[in-house]
Amino acid sequence: MNIVVCLKQVPDTETQIKIAPDAKGIVTDNIKWVMNPYDEYAVEEALRIREKFGGEVTIVGVGPARVTEAIRTALAMGADKGILVDDPAVTGSDSLGTAKILAAVIKDLAYDIVLCGKQGVDDDYGLVGASLAELLDIPQISVVVKLEMNEDGSSLTAHKEVEGGTFVIQSPLPALITAQKGLNEPRYASLPGIMKAKKKPLDVKTLADLGLDAGDVGESGAKIKVIQLTPPAERAPGKMVEGETPAEKATKLATLLHEEAKII
Amino acid sequence: MAQGIWIVAEQREGELRKISFELVSEARRLADKMGQPVTALLLGSNIKQKASELGKYGADKVMVADDERLAAYTTDAYARVIAQLAEAHQPAIILLGASVQGKDLSGRLAARLGVGVAQECVEFSIEDGNLVAKRPIYAGKAYATVTYKDSVPQMATARPNIFEINEPDESRSVEVVDAEFSLDDTHLKTTVVDVIQEAGGKVDLTEAERIVSGGRGMKGPEHYSILEELADLIDATVGASRSAVDAGWRPHSDQVGQTGKVVSPNLYVACGISGAIQHLAGMSTSKVIVAINKDPDAPIFQKADYGVVGDLFEVVPALTEALRKML
Repeated sequence: MNIVVCLKQVPDTETQIKIAPDAKGIVTDNIKWVMNPYDEYAVEEALRIREKFGGEVTIVGVGPARVTEAIRTALAMGADKGILVDDPAVTGSDSLGTAKILAAVIKDLAYDIVLCGKQGVDDDYGLVGASLAELLDIPQISVVVKLEMNEDGSSLTAHKEVEGGTFVIQSPLPALITAQKGLNEPRYASLPGIMKAKKKPLDVKTLADLGLDAGDVGESGAKIKVIQLTPPAERAPGKMVEGETPAEKATKLATLLHEEAKII
Repeated sequence: MAQGIWIVAEQREGELRKISFELVSEARRLADKMGQPVTALLLGSNIKQKASELGKYGADKVMVADDERLAAYTTDAYARVIAQLAEAHQPAIILLGASVQGKDLSGRLAARLGVGVAQECVEFSIEDGNLVAKRPIYAGKAYATVTYKDSVPQMATARPNIFEINEPDESRSVEVVDAEFSLDDTHLKTTVVDVIQEAGGKVDLTEAERIVSGGRGMKGPEHYSILEELADLIDATVGASRSAVDAGWRPHSDQVGQTGKVVSPNLYVACGISGAIQHLAGMSTSKVIVAINKDPDAPIFQKADYGVVGDLFEVVPALTEALRKML
């Protein structure tokens, strides 16, 4: 069973986001870059499938060069090889542009399953998985919390989280899955794993290598244009509810919610 | 030229979901500015009798795609039908819900139609005939205002619980038409084999009007019963912080925050939640925030409209009692 995992590198979720002076992006100085948390579940699931069925796990990322670190982390967890598309022209790609780049890489690989995180926790679009599945012409099941391959490895059953419940969906292979928290507990890279990862193959490709036109991806190909970034609206200062006893505070709070906020 | 605003209505088991009315209402407001009509797409099986409801909230026309293979949502069937209709009729704008369904569909449609999608929007406007959308990024630590280039239609998804629903107007007339589409079984690769409803049929956090949430201060899974009592009384859904979920006290689907659900209820009651930046990102668009925490320096108080410094094991039951007397 050959598995491809798409990987994004994002600012650590602890990061305080500062908007750049041109209001088109964020200040990237001193950001700690990490593997997108949802992609960790995707990598872990790929490793578990390989442990059961054999085959290879290939990690695919889209530049810049620092993304190598995230790919190496996945290799240290146990993935077999990595491919990074690093080309100045990929900068500013929107979700569809990124999906086109990933599709150009993956279409030439032998794969049974493609795994992605359900969304990047940076720009939060959550579109790449579904767009990539469309470009590869394979089915997708998104927001998956449980995944089972059937015994002969020709199809899978996925539990997809929906509002107020779960859909259990069957799909033939190849298929694309997007991972939700709860799918598994990702392993940590071991020290020997980290040492081994340094020797694992990591190919770097340009758009030309993939036969892609720079005008189709990157900022020039983007269908979505950022006008500006703004900080969240400040909330009006709140009120501390005072009282001698917990019961007195609670009664005052109940009254405020009912009479002032008119919310209950 | 591309004309009109479309919305993709959502139904589950033949009942229209609330997001459908939010979408029609917002589409009506935008369409009035553009002087263009609103068309609602309604996909399902034996669903036509629901079409007029969408009219009351502002749809001029409802296009009904009725087929038993559309009864429950599947990416394959829904994407195929909607893409065909969009190509045949060329709407200028398509709005979907930023629900599990809408977010699954939007990525598929984006690639099939070669268009841009603004996901999880909280505000729309029309400038020079183009859709302009405001959406949270970094789970709400910042907002991006975006528009489109060479994108017909311009697609966006609307975050649930944000857009106001119009007063229904019983006198509005609506044109209901059967959509023309073809659906071939060979295109349908995935099958929904089972639907598991969550116990108690509680409202999902992303759609809840009120949320009572507990964090590390709850000290253990057994104490969530005091939150459930309060939640039952005020028709709220119980949520949790990441640390409570990671400790195994609550299921993953209850987590509010950057790696959980981003929520916008009318009332969010945070109990024993200190307010890590990832949690604040997930709930700061709530209309009224109440924080109950024994640590007066907890960051959650910076976001709270009403703060109570105190032991939640005393304050929460007392609050439930006080509200019970009041309601």
